[in-house]
Amino acid sequence: MRALQRFTVTAGIGLLALLGAGHQASAQIKIGAVLSVTGPASFLGDPEKKTLEIYVEEINAKGGVNGQKLQLVFYDDAGSADNARTFATRLVEEDKIVAMVGGSTTGATLAMIPVFEDAKIPFISLAGAIQIIEPVRAWVFKTPHTDKMACEKIFADLKTRKLTTIALISGTDAFGKSMRDQCVVVAPKAGINIAIEESYGPRDSDMTPQLTNIRNKAGVLAVVNPGFGQGPAIVTRNYRQLGITLPLYQSHGVASKQFIELAGPAAEGVRLPAAALLIADKLPNNDPQKPVVVNYSRTFLHNSGQAVSTFGGHAYDGLMILVEAMQRAKSADKAKVRDEIERTKGYIGTAGIVNMTPTDHMGLDLSAFHMLEIKGGDWTLVPGT
Amino acid sequence: MAELLQFISSGLTVGAIYALVALGFTLIYKASDIINFAQGEFVMLGGMTTVFVALAGVPLPLAALIAIVVTTAIGLALHRLAVEPARGASPVALIMITIGASIFLRGIAQIVFDRRFHSLPPLLGADPIQFGGAAILPQSLVVLASATVIVTLLWLFIDRTLLGKAVIATAANRLAARLIGVDTRRIVDFSFAVSAAIGAIAGVLITPIALTSYDVGTLLALKGFAAAMLGGIGSAPGAVVGGLLIGMIEALAAGYLSSNYKDAVAFLIILVVLISIPQGLFGRAKIERV
Repeated sequence: MRALQRFTVTAGIGLLALLGAGHQASAQIKIGAVLSVTGPASFLGDPEKKTLEIYVEEINAKGGVNGQKLQLVFYDDAGSADNARTFATRLVEEDKIVAMVGGSTTGATLAMIPVFEDAKIPFISLAGAIQIIEPVRAWVFKTPHTDKMACEKIFADLKTRKLTTIALISGTDAFGKSMRDQCVVVAPKAGINIAIEESYGPRDSDMTPQLTNIRNKAGVLAVVNPGFGQGPAIVTRNYRQLGITLPLYQSHGVASKQFIELAGPAAEGVRLPAAALLIADKLPNNDPQKPVVVNYSRTFLHNSGQAVSTFGGHAYDGLMILVEAMQRAKSADKAKVRDEIERTKGYIGTAGIVNMTPTDHMGLDLSAFHMLEIKGGDWTLVPGT
Repeated sequence: MAELLQFISSGLTVGAIYALVALGFTLIYKASDIINFAQGEFVMLGGMTTVFVALAGVPLPLAALIAIVVTTAIGLALHRLAVEPARGASPVALIMITIGASIFLRGIAQIVFDRRFHSLPPLLGADPIQFGGAAILPQSLVVLASATVIVTLLWLFIDRTLLGKAVIATAANRLAARLIGVDTRRIVDFSFAVSAAIGAIAGVLITPIALTSYDVGTLLALKGFAAAMLGGIGSAPGAVVGGLLIGMIEALAAGYLSSNYKDAVAFLIILVVLISIPQGLFGRAKIERV
């Protein structure tokens, strides 16, 4: 018995030493990611997760950042802001990450912001609403275009087509609501009159009552649908079902092939503002974004087998901005990295060309958006936008 | 007038689905006094299985048939493996078992299928039929017609066949039914299987209109339960009327009041029914001799 006891103790100490040694040897840079891979935002979170995994592996294969390998610590919030908040706390307290790239949805991001602000960890969000970076918070950045920019781009196109009286039908999720609020604020300046507003829950399966009200409102010349997920797909299907022929505009929240698949033939003629990524091969050759977006599209398709999505592109931009900031700071120190992220200038990404300042933690302007129209089940560029 | 017609047609479509789910609840309740909250998952399994089997290359009608058979088998397994062994437990425990089963099925669906939304091509084409200024999808008519056919068949079965009488006997008094030679376990097996089949058929039919994903079952089960309670749990025509009513009230509320309160309608109805008329519209109040 005594020999056995001694053996067990020795083995235990040996194991601990091994574990300790192992831990020393691989001091990895831990990057956290909380994404909505399941649930109503799954076509945002799924390509985001795949992108982060593909590129972390690629970066590590080339030697990592500043000589250290990256380690991705990932959680799925299933589209719930509560879950996101819990995982954020876990990332800070248990996993001890040094930076965070994530927050697929506006709701999840807003819930997590206080956690990362308190812990002073740089947080690059992948969500759309303008509240994420306005008012500017020291530790929070974002890569996607804001909902305000989407409204401005859509209204500019409406003005060009002389469709100045519109209807708004928005989802009651955080992004839909935020974009609806921004559109209402921006409309008078853009010369657009919102004649009627309707809304739907993010999990509703039938929007014909709301669209019937819109159809019966006199003077409406076009309809704008802020929202993301399955809602806009059902709105688009119901739109055609009711025989409404007015131009329909979606937000960049539907910038994924899955929207076209779900909406089917109803998606023909729908317009939306989106990043150059969706029309990578159709960009003119002198467009500075072309090499980046074509390369990303091919890598993503090759590694995941799925068509490219702008949401995956936002994750790519977030990761690259973070990695380049770490390389410029020559360390993974949270404060230094934060400062370098804020100094990002001339970064050419999938969303556009990023120039951040202490008061602008997104760095994109309206030229980063193009107006696309869905034709023949594919994206086409509306000329001149 | 045209918009009222539109709201009614939307309401009837979604109401027909609630009716089919409510029928499932009713059938199982009739045979065994159990409320089966996994009913919504049967609808989900019907839709999702069809989508995935069709994606694997199987022609659509065969895929739908396979989906219905698989779901029926799962319904049977639910009874044999989860409910039957706990037969003597209190009704609350049995309900908790079915809720647990629904969570389990939902979790399995995420892994076996995926977490995205899916659609199916409609049976009779996608062009809406115009009448009186309103547009109704041919698929909606298919759903309504199927609900009617299923209800009629069920009613004929319960009323005119010996097996149907055996179901009523089991529902009335389990011990007495066994004493006269009814195999009550088989009867409850049968009710679970038929409910699962009805749920699967509903799932296949509604997917072209309302899309499907791994978690559509929860809300459907709750609304189907509301419909069953409204119509009077234990009454098949009541389930159908309850489902159509809830569908229409939802559509009218979304159209005339605000779409934000649409889901609240079903839950409000459950509250009102349970408090003031627990036997529902068509049920008979239970009177016990003391």
